Amino acid sequence: MDKKPQNQSTDEQASEGIPAPDGAANLIDTDYVIGQDNITTNTMGLNLDLHGKVFSISAVIVLLFVVLTLALQDTIAPIYDAIFSFLTGNLAWFFILAANIFVILCIGLIFSPLGKIRIGGADAKPDFTYMGWFSMLFAAGMGIGLMFFGVNEPLTHFGTSFDGGSWAPLAGAEGNAAGAEALAMAATIFHWGLHPWAIYAVVALSLALFSFNKGLPLSMRSVFYPILGERVWGWPGHVIDILSVFATLFGLATSLGLGATQAAAGLTYLFDAPESDITMILLIVGITIIAIGSILAGVDKGVQLLSKINIAMAAALLFFVIAVGPTLLIATGFFENLWNYAVHLPALSNPFGREDANFSQGWTAFYWAWWISWSPYVGMFIARVSRGRTVREFLISVMLVPFFVSVLWMTTFGGTAIDQYVSQGIEAVRDAGVDLQLFIMLEQLPLSQITSFIAILLVIIFFVTSSDSGSLVIDSITAGGKVDAPKPQRVFWAIIEGAIAIALLLGGGLTALQTMAVSTGFPFTIILLVACYAIIKGLMSEPKAV
Amino acid sequence: MFTNIMVPVDLGHLEALEPALSIVADLAKKYDARITYVSITANTPTSIARTPQEYEQKLEAFAQEQHKVHGQPVSIKAYSSTDPVANVDTILVGAIDEVKADLVMMATHLPRHLDIVMPSHGGKVATHTDVSVFLIRTAQ
Repeated sequence: MDKKPQNQSTDEQASEGIPAPDGAANLIDTDYVIGQDNITTNTMGLNLDLHGKVFSISAVIVLLFVVLTLALQDTIAPIYDAIFSFLTGNLAWFFILAANIFVILCIGLIFSPLGKIRIGGADAKPDFTYMGWFSMLFAAGMGIGLMFFGVNEPLTHFGTSFDGGSWAPLAGAEGNAAGAEALAMAATIFHWGLHPWAIYAVVALSLALFSFNKGLPLSMRSVFYPILGERVWGWPGHVIDILSVFATLFGLATSLGLGATQAAAGLTYLFDAPESDITMILLIVGITIIAIGSILAGVDKGVQLLSKINIAMAAALLFFVIAVGPTLLIATGFFENLWNYAVHLPALSNPFGREDANFSQGWTAFYWAWWISWSPYVGMFIARVSRGRTVREFLISVMLVPFFVSVLWMTTFGGTAIDQYVSQGIEAVRDAGVDLQLFIMLEQLPLSQITSFIAILLVIIFFVTSSDSGSLVIDSITAGGKVDAPKPQRVFWAIIEGAIAIALLLGGGLTALQTMAVSTGFPFTIILLVACYAIIKGLMSEPKAV
Repeated sequence: MFTNIMVPVDLGHLEALEPALSIVADLAKKYDARITYVSITANTPTSIARTPQEYEQKLEAFAQEQHKVHGQPVSIKAYSSTDPVANVDTILVGAIDEVKADLVMMATHLPRHLDIVMPSHGGKVATHTDVSVFLIRTAQ
């Protein structure tokens, strides 16, 4: 008997083939077999492998929601509004406090000895290069929002701060342009900086830890194992996973709808394309088709490739604006804004006794709920591509690097727009609709036809990368944590996302949907607080990498 | 004529592979060839194994069982991937060189319309390698 191959030793197999998961890790002892509750069928040449309860209940709830929202729009809309107002109005302190806890935990872990632990085991090797990894993190986590709000948010906060009142961050700086700008930039960076990325990092780190190091399925329920034990495989776990599907699917469909609106507005502005439902439907169909191509190509050749293209284009646009815009202002603004952020951070993140109630509830609490409702999707995707990184490396890359990029982006786009409005007196940039402000800002700079076109392309590709990575995530949750379920399931979810977006865009239910997506932020905040506990407990039982 | 036959296996669907495995054994005996069982798993825990290492051990056990049946020398090569379903073809094509196979034998399903958008792995591998590829249709 010849056990070993002639041309390779067992050691070589471990180093060449399997990137060793390896080394010391501490698997959780459970009898649960991944996929044991799954239904597998082969009908009409299509293989399916699904978690019966999670898949069917999520599918039924989603369909019911869409039908009810469209059929009973007038009756249901006030209910959503009431839920949303209650959550942000009465629980703003809870969202703000929770987000602070996430930031403190992440920063604490970077500096603690637990930061040395490696995701995937002490000897695990990363699956992606820094560039590929970072591109995917950024494209999944924030890309589209920066396009949408990069000009709008700094300008809006500037306006309210200058006018004063409870919609202004920290009650504003009435009549003081410099003070208003400082507050506007600090508030914007606050909403796009450490806190959102800490939210993503908590979800991603907990999922990665319990999947790669503890051997549990890549599913939200696994994070609850330290608390619920074997019960996570039953109904408590089903509910957690269904909630994740719900948040992910609705968050994505809302974004698809909003993105189509912005891209359509851009196309109308640039090429006089008819501003009609047909344009938006064609855009959503187009985005969905490219997304399907991307998920069939997979994470490496689809999502990673598109993310890299997108980051390269976004970087080109960013540096173009820096070069032809107010370069010196942006360069000094970057450091000034960082300083302003640091100065105002304690007040902005204070959960209690706020004087700027409208700002802290309507903006901050809304954003936190929104980021949190997105976190299962972004977090799970980040988790999936982060094997082989140490906790410290992971947190620095998921939190600090995107933070500095966000600061630079907001300084460049927001700072340029404020400069156009304040110094050059261009009011159009302030008065335009949310989906057009970016294009009006670019119009004041050279080559605006080209840059506007690139901006539209960026919006579209960012949506493709959201749609494809989102479909991968939903597929994995509804397949009981399997990442190797048959491909047609991914296609199914991509189509469902597109279909929901179209249905609600036509039926006018997009706002209701957005409200609903944000409302899932509340239960998820509780889930994330549990995840914080689980992360610490899980990391404490891991051997440290050398 | 053939010295090393590479046989891609999926430990999750062994029942579908059975007919192909016996044909592989017959051919290996005829040419006195080694059989290298190649398999790809997810980085994340799967229904077969909770870590890629455990998967590799199970593949080794499978290969030894096969060895007992046909008596030919066996070896294994396990790969892990972030997205095994999408990357399987590329990894298999790379594996042919890495294990120095001169024949690939793999089970494949009957042609179907869906192949236009999702081609069969066997067909894809055959079009991307210089070595001989023997596709064994599984009865439907």
